[in-house]
Amino acid sequence: MVGELAGLILGAPTRDAFGEALREAGGQRADLVVLDADVNNSTKTDGFRKAYPERFFNLGIAESNLVSVASGLAACGKTPVIASFATFILCNAFDQLRMSVAYPEMNVKVVGTHSGISIGEDGASQMGIEDVALACALPGFQVVVPCDEHSTRAATRAVLAHHGPSYLRVGRGKQPLVYTAERAEAEFVIGKAVEVRAGNDVTLVANGFMVAAALDAAKLLADAGVDARVLDLHTVKPMDHEALTRAARETGGLVVCEEHLHHGALGAAVAQSVAQHSPCRMAFVNLGDRFAESGKAEALFEKYGLTGQQIFEAARRLLS
Amino acid sequence: MTIPELTTQCRVLRKLMIEMTTAAGSGHPSSGMSACELVAALYFGGVLRHDPANPQWADRDRFILSKGHGCPVLYAALAEAGYFPAEWLNGLRQIDQPLEGHPNMKRCPGVEASTGSLGQGLSIGLGHALAARLDRRDYHVFVMTGDGEINQGQVWEAALAAAHHKVGNLTWIVDHNGRQQTGEMEDVLDIRPVAEKLRAFGWDTRELDGHDLPQVLDGLTWSKQGGTSPRGLVAHTVKGKGVSFMEPDFSWHGKPLTKSEMSQALQELGF
Repeated sequence: MVGELAGLILGAPTRDAFGEALREAGGQRADLVVLDADVNNSTKTDGFRKAYPERFFNLGIAESNLVSVASGLAACGKTPVIASFATFILCNAFDQLRMSVAYPEMNVKVVGTHSGISIGEDGASQMGIEDVALACALPGFQVVVPCDEHSTRAATRAVLAHHGPSYLRVGRGKQPLVYTAERAEAEFVIGKAVEVRAGNDVTLVANGFMVAAALDAAKLLADAGVDARVLDLHTVKPMDHEALTRAARETGGLVVCEEHLHHGALGAAVAQSVAQHSPCRMAFVNLGDRFAESGKAEALFEKYGLTGQQIFEAARRLLS
Repeated sequence: MTIPELTTQCRVLRKLMIEMTTAAGSGHPSSGMSACELVAALYFGGVLRHDPANPQWADRDRFILSKGHGCPVLYAALAEAGYFPAEWLNGLRQIDQPLEGHPNMKRCPGVEASTGSLGQGLSIGLGHALAARLDRRDYHVFVMTGDGEINQGQVWEAALAAAHHKVGNLTWIVDHNGRQQTGEMEDVLDIRPVAEKLRAFGWDTRELDGHDLPQVLDGLTWSKQGGTSPRGLVAHTVKGKGVSFMEPDFSWHGKPLTKSEMSQALQELGF
């Protein structure tokens, strides 16, 4: 299990935490409106639906319409939250996100669930593996990828409090607890990396599910006499240049880990920042340039190179 | 305005459309000219409840031009209504000027949606209409699409959703000029009969002559009465209406007139 080496225990799925935080926010904010593409029991917006049915619209299996309807609601002062599977909302409705949301700077909250290959058995068609790259390509969007249930609750509250377009990425299955509820509440700030393990020999930068895997790798590195820093870089946009610059200068090398394709997401954003502010050696652990397949999440992580062991090996190669 | 006054207003709008695109050296005057009477009736015929001095008034009726390339008619109407100074029209499509090649709501008062990628306006209008329901406001939302534009699947997603959610404060105007960028509709992708399709999607729909002002006013007024169904108006129009050499030729889609062509056109319009 991911996180086991690091001694982490399993928490709830991040989609569940998002759904709960959304329902709670619904009681405090009358401007919140939730739109659905007929997957609310999967995206976990069903809690909001039951609590506030008059502010919930199921618009059917039609993501393009969903996004542009959200734009119209936002133009009238509402804060629409639109949730669907990460790959469907970003890929099916990308032009609508561009033209109806990003270009007119609409305050729309886009939530992609079922991200990454960890959704497992449903296979490649359902796996959001390009969503972060696409969201980053939308001018003005903030892009947030929390790693466990506690940070997802904090991330959901932060995204809803921000005025402007946001993309929040959550996952389907249970994820190891990186934070206590108190720590997540105290330390989660959009655009600020969190040092979840101190160390000065190398830095493992990760977000989402890969934070737990990076902590596993840090344990393996510690056993080999290497003291790794682990940064939870939950916000891909805007980037925390300061934390990266410090990590590059103090540790000399960065391994960037994400449950996503190689191109255009966390790895690229970190590389741009490091190249500009503090060049150092870098390595990348991600899905590469390929689709995955059906299977158990753990087996997929192993086959597609997203385990603590593989991050450990990448760090060793970087240091050698 | 009375019908004779509206007729005069339409002549002025067509003149402005031609002048601004000729000055810009690019643009889509013909796509605005087919929609001229419809837009004039909305802004000057007493159909839209609006206040040019307060473009963000929460209770205003909305007009969303989904066929964003037809914006010369919208810009001309907004200028004539007083949303911004008429001089702005001279800066159409120029850098640092508010009137862009396709409408940008962030820069131009009175523009309700940034459009230009076809097919999104009806969904945006549905969002405005649902917001009225949530806020218990009684404004009405008019969306104009082209007829080529409704090749886009998103339009039909919006049509389904509006009817299902019984959105009675939404009118969908189809500027049915029968002509697309590369040819006549029947040669490109024939989507006729249009009105029957709207009805099949649950829209209470009328057809009208989009250049006959009494018919246009009557149709728009009927559509605003609302009910439990959204209402559709399929307006039969002529692309390039009002200029003899533009009316029969589809190749005027994205082309301004030369200065000499403009002189002839303005003469035909009575200027």
